[in-house]
Amino acid sequence: MVPSIQSSLLLGPSDQEPVAGMALVPSHWLGSRESESEAKVDGETASDSESRAEASPPLIPADDTPEVLNRALSSLSSRWKNWWVRGILTLAMIAFFFVIIYLGPLVLMMIVLCVQIKCFHEIITIGYNVYHSYDLPWFRTLSWYFLLCVNYFFYGETVTDYFFTLVQREEPLRILSKYHRFISFTLYLIGFCMFVLSLVKKHYRLQFYMFGWTHVTLLIVVTQSHLVIHNLFEGMIWFIVPISCVICNDIMAYMFGFFFGRTPLIKLSPKKTWEGFIGGFFATVVFGLLLSYVMSGYRCFVCPVEYNNDTNSFTVDCEPSYLFRLQEYNIPGVIQSLLGWKTVRMYPFQIHSIALSTFASLIGPFGGFFASGFKRAFKIKDFANTIPGHGGIMDRFDCQYLMATFVNVYIASFIRGPNPSKLIQQFLTLRPDQQLHIFNTLKSHLTDKGMLMAATEDE
Amino acid sequence: MAPCENCRVITEATEERVYKMEIRRETDIDDRYGDLDSRTDSDIPEILPSSDRTPEILKKALSGLSSRWKNWWIRGILTLTMISLFFLIIYMGSFMLMLLVLGIQVKCFHEIITIGYRVYRSYDLPWFRTLSWYFLLCVNYFFYGETVADYFATFVQREEQLQFLIRYHRFISFALYLAGFCMFVLSLVKKHYRLQFYMFAWTHVTLLITVTQSHLVIQNLFEGMIWFLVPISSVICNDITAYLFGFFLGRTPLIKLSPKKTWEGFIGGFFSTVVFGFIAAYVLSKYQYFVCPVEYRSDVNSFVTECEPSEIFQLQSYSLPPFLKAVLRRETVSLYPFQIHSIALSTFASLIGPFGGFFASGFKRAFKIKDFANTIPGHGGIMDRFDCQYLMATFVHVYITSFIRGPNPSKVLQQLLVLQPEQQLNIYKTLKTHLIEKGILQPTLKSEVFSEGLSWISPEKKKKKKTIVHFSKK
Repeated sequence: MVPSIQSSLLLGPSDQEPVAGMALVPSHWLGSRESESEAKVDGETASDSESRAEASPPLIPADDTPEVLNRALSSLSSRWKNWWVRGILTLAMIAFFFVIIYLGPLVLMMIVLCVQIKCFHEIITIGYNVYHSYDLPWFRTLSWYFLLCVNYFFYGETVTDYFFTLVQREEPLRILSKYHRFISFTLYLIGFCMFVLSLVKKHYRLQFYMFGWTHVTLLIVVTQSHLVIHNLFEGMIWFIVPISCVICNDIMAYMFGFFFGRTPLIKLSPKKTWEGFIGGFFATVVFGLLLSYVMSGYRCFVCPVEYNNDTNSFTVDCEPSYLFRLQEYNIPGVIQSLLGWKTVRMYPFQIHSIALSTFASLIGPFGGFFASGFKRAFKIKDFANTIPGHGGIMDRFDCQYLMATFVNVYIASFIRGPNPSKLIQQFLTLRPDQQLHIFNTLKSHLTDKGMLMAATEDE
Repeated sequence: MAPCENCRVITEATEERVYKMEIRRETDIDDRYGDLDSRTDSDIPEILPSSDRTPEILKKALSGLSSRWKNWWIRGILTLTMISLFFLIIYMGSFMLMLLVLGIQVKCFHEIITIGYRVYRSYDLPWFRTLSWYFLLCVNYFFYGETVADYFATFVQREEQLQFLIRYHRFISFALYLAGFCMFVLSLVKKHYRLQFYMFAWTHVTLLITVTQSHLVIQNLFEGMIWFLVPISSVICNDITAYLFGFFLGRTPLIKLSPKKTWEGFIGGFFSTVVFGFIAAYVLSKYQYFVCPVEYRSDVNSFVTECEPSEIFQLQSYSLPPFLKAVLRRETVSLYPFQIHSIALSTFASLIGPFGGFFASGFKRAFKIKDFANTIPGHGGIMDRFDCQYLMATFVHVYITSFIRGPNPSKVLQQLLVLQPEQQLNIYKTLKTHLIEKGILQPTLKSEVFSEGLSWISPEKKKKKKTIVHFSKK
């Protein structure tokens, strides 16, 4: 039984899975054997299993570094080689990020979608490895089907909001959007019924675990990525600044920890230090201020992304809102003496960026700790082996988990309220009596506020 | 006791063994619970339900009967008790119904979380109880805040603090959730990582199931109590009639998961539920109490259900298709349009509702429990009664939003009032143009025209200029 598990995992579809499986099987197998031998305190069995536990450390993933790099760095020692690989890949990722930004919002959306799919794949693969559920073939299909359903639902909602005019023109799209929720629910129900029908007698618990695992993964990965896309539509600056702050915090905390690190921060991640944490915080706030100053000057970052019906493409062209216009602020007395200036010209957005950077530095790391705890719980070193030297895509994005939700909630609460055009659409679908009621309530509200003259009404 | 020479060797060996056992135990806990991930279900011991809670009275009264009949009687009496309790709550009004739904949700959550504790034997992680209940509180706060904000718009506008809470509601809810998340991360204990992650995921999936469903139920309730009563009664009726049909006529098993279910019960239950839903819809559609959306009146500070019934609750004449004409010997029949919708609801309740029951059966088998809890004697826990309702509330909500009406007017109003004044003014002008175009609003130079009414202003009146239509506000 056990050798066949190992061999079936060795013949797994991709490179990283067999290694993960191999590391997991011994420790898991270990567990069942130890429970047997607990009754008899057998020194030899104990030492055998213990040495086996030591001999099977959390896995060393297969080396995915491209041959080019391997040859170029073959002369250096192993430790420096690792450094160089990480460094080169970091620069490659950052350059890639800039290229994508240059290419525009549509490509960004596609990248977000791909990252989401890859993260989902990574977490589900871990689930398969943990539960040895390769021989429940339905489950792959069902997991991907649920991913498709939830994505369809979210993309449909986004498309309906932002592409309203385009949708109204095309008849099939209009029907799809009108009954969108019903269609999505039906698709989900089909998946649910397929799950129930696929329950196999001895594997109930496994199947329920995978079902739960799939849903929690969807909750984390898919909702976050859609909030990212919502933020993107607000204006690319709302997408770029938070992500860059998290990345900067990662890098800065690492550097500060490397040079000054002394006091450990949390038992969960022994490499993190308080010096790194605090240094990273201040560095990120400064970085956020500078970055938002630079970006607020350009329309292509600041304007909401709109779909232009005439040119059938995305445009970012508008009059920058209040947030992105330079204002004069009085400096408090304390800093006045330091800087020697009375006032400073800043974009109001920079004040918001302080809030975003603070969140990225203080709460973002909790996402990283969560991922570390998760990796320890399931005894894996990295989520996958996609990026050489760094691990999987999830490893890079673990601190971003909460950032997208925070930015979205922040925008909705502090920057603007609901979307006015969406409200008008919703209004137009109401019944006439409801429309009248709302119109009159709005009218009395505006009159109370003094925005409308009660005496005359002019268009 | 002086340590002897020989003893020292033995002591050391023992110490080493103890030390190794300690290490084994350290790596062991997670692995031991890792057994729960094993490939077959046979490893976990059966979880016994808590003690029998049948009241003493019933026991004494039924002590004479044999065990099988006694069980039957208990089930029967409890069923009747629950149905009468249901009627009583309906009589007491929508507010009591909301409280009942909240109570049921909390109890369902408690039941599922307790099962999780038992499965993972995680009683010795005391933080987890606190965190689970805290998350329940957060998610409820978020959902109730969204609902309350919509339906109590006028009430909320008056109070300043409530305004603040409503405006920043999402932010406050998110901050509360984050606090719970950070507490979870800080509470991760070295040997119990996997357990804790399991319980975290268990809590979230449970919240997803119970809390979202119960809030959709409350939103359906606010649409009109009939949207709450007919679906729930259809599911209950399907349960009972499928059982009865299966009992008397059952022969072909339906699904391996629930060996007691039969095809005869399934199909018989389907037809009886459709008929029942049809009749129940007919009976309930007559009363304004059931049909009208629940509103909160600030003047009387309570919920009222008074309105002009909408189109689907007014009798219409439908011409029968030819074959039915021959059977019933009538040309037309007057029906409420709602009855047609009730057919859709009953169909869903009979065809897809049972899948929720199969899901719960699979869950119980997976975790080797007989019942979710022992709250209701003879029936099991609250979840056992509500397992078929899982998907019904979501379906009814989706059905209403897709087919019956568009977005919620109070929500639209609420969002309008939150906008910036300039945006409000712009929207006001757009709406005004639209309404005038459609003829709903009369263009007039005179101020204070309130043309609130529930009927269209007829096109003939539109031709006359300066026709000012006054309707008194209700």
